[in-house]
Amino acid sequence: MEMERDERVIVLGEDVGKLGGVFRVTRGLLERFGHERVFDTPLAEASIAGASLGLALGGMVPVAEIQFLGFTHQAFHQIGPQLGRIRFRSRGRFHAQVTIRAPFGGRSRTPEFHPDAIEAQFTQTPGVKVVCPAFPDDAKGLLLSAIRDPDPVLYLEPEKLYRTVTGPVPEGDTPVPIGSARLVRQGSDLTLVAWSAAVHFCLAAADALAKDGVSVAVLDLRSIVPLDIDALVQAASATGKVVVVQEAPLTGGFGAEVAATIQEEAFMSLDAPVRRVAAPDTPYPPGALEDHYLPSLERVLAAARAVLGF
Amino acid sequence: MRTLLDREGTLHGNCPMSPEQIVEALRLMLQSRALDDLGTKLQRLNLVGVYSPVQGQEAAVVGSAMALDPARDWMIPASREQPAWLHHALPLENLLALYMGRIEQGRIPDGVNLLPRQQSIASQLPHAVGVAWALKLRRQPGVALVYFGDGASSEGDFHEAANLAGVQRVPLVFLLINNRWAISTPVSKQTAAEDLSARAPGYGFPGVAVDGDDLFAVYSATKEAVDRALSGAGPTLIEARTYRIGFHNTSDNPREYRDDSEVAAAAAHDPLERVRRYATNAGIWSPEEEAAVKAEIDAELDAAQRKVASLPRPGPEAIFDHVYETLPPRLRRQRARLLESIARSER
Repeated sequence: MEMERDERVIVLGEDVGKLGGVFRVTRGLLERFGHERVFDTPLAEASIAGASLGLALGGMVPVAEIQFLGFTHQAFHQIGPQLGRIRFRSRGRFHAQVTIRAPFGGRSRTPEFHPDAIEAQFTQTPGVKVVCPAFPDDAKGLLLSAIRDPDPVLYLEPEKLYRTVTGPVPEGDTPVPIGSARLVRQGSDLTLVAWSAAVHFCLAAADALAKDGVSVAVLDLRSIVPLDIDALVQAASATGKVVVVQEAPLTGGFGAEVAATIQEEAFMSLDAPVRRVAAPDTPYPPGALEDHYLPSLERVLAAARAVLGF
Repeated sequence: MRTLLDREGTLHGNCPMSPEQIVEALRLMLQSRALDDLGTKLQRLNLVGVYSPVQGQEAAVVGSAMALDPARDWMIPASREQPAWLHHALPLENLLALYMGRIEQGRIPDGVNLLPRQQSIASQLPHAVGVAWALKLRRQPGVALVYFGDGASSEGDFHEAANLAGVQRVPLVFLLINNRWAISTPVSKQTAAEDLSARAPGYGFPGVAVDGDDLFAVYSATKEAVDRALSGAGPTLIEARTYRIGFHNTSDNPREYRDDSEVAAAAAHDPLERVRRYATNAGIWSPEEEAAVKAEIDAELDAAQRKVASLPRPGPEAIFDHVYETLPPRLRRQRARLLESIARSER
């Protein structure tokens, strides 16, 4: 849609052309927009991100795909320090209207490095925005906003949800503002906070707890940079009991930032310490072990009950 | 290796530059030396953070810059090409402001087709591919030229950028200034290859090695590469072989790692002296003219430096400027708290 509206928008990445990407996200774009709008690139992540910066300076609006977020390690210096800082280091002379899409997250039995949830690394690279939709309507609305955003946006797509979550997608031009969280479930006893695929675990946990008569709210952050502090503080204060759920390893994960922010901004409203449910601080294990490694419904429920019983 | 103007200042073949261009090049090279002296002096006076002199590399930098059309072409710097930026229409005051910490006044003006200098070695190379690629996609006449050094040629970004530039046949000139030293590491420890320009055919485009101390050789090779890029034939790699006479930057002491004799030998084929001899023999330059030009350069530098020194230093609010187009709420709060805390401590 944005490619039709704005002819500066181009798509580039590994296998995004004829194949349409390994998850088929860009399928049909080459046929529709041709070889001057859709580019299969060499297998070289730093140059995908770095050339996107140059393309943006030259007047294009690149939407680049890094095939898996785990491969942004090979492009990190171009995303954080370069894309994120071009506006700052040029004192506003230049800016990078660049979207980098990257699938991530577990439970798809992908090979090593493919599922790693390293999104928190990009919260330490000021200048970059990080969005992580969990629902089809947000996937569309946040992508539209990302492409139109004058600053670089890392747009994270949960691998497992490509084929497991369905939902309504509004017709037409329906951008969702970046930096606004959504309370996807109302509740009065406990607040679960998550982003991307983990939101769906929180909703399942809320359903399970509802059977015990516990009213659980679920806040989907939708973007972690910028963080919607007001929505977070409001959701935490409303129940006084919070569990944060992330797929990433515990230490230094974005859940730590969420917990710290809540205690700084809403300490007097809390009835219990904020708890985190996360993966252990180990390398991501092979697929046969990933269900044990990732936060499970049982672990979310256990944390919820611990907080409720505090 | 291409040489047109030998060490004695004798021309072999046709002169690729007009008399006016040669005089302009001499002026830029003299200005570069004066700027090196000033930058080093200001650093010693604690008025400049760090300065990297161009000395020894003037022909490579000036010759390549003069083959570009500043209104049409894009220049993507590394960090030691000051006279090239000036030739590419960066005002002298902006350049000095950049070194003297007046970050807002050091901004590259709108309409100047120059990127900021790059401190992350080789990171500018993929950017240059993108800039050139955009010129091609938008069917704009023009090329991009990117500077980098022998050290940068070891980075992965060089390989990725060269490879992508070749695949997309973008209008780009890779200008590798091989000055033999990356801080204290000699080129013999960067690579076992004798000839860095020979890498280009591996990416599907030509490479040219030129005497980087020969203004005419650098200019003509760059001009040919620019014309090739404009014709749609794609990128060229030029290796300009020169020598870093000075220190890496003002915090470096090269005597700790290289012999004075090596530096003296390199200084004997000074790139400025060659052009001076040629131009004097050709009757377009004289000691009197040089003295007049030097006086003019010194006056310009002095005026620009005084003006920049009188500019206010950036305040702490500049930390939050130009992070995003619109400052997110969390950053607005951080800004307010930091400014309040600074104001309190200054009270």
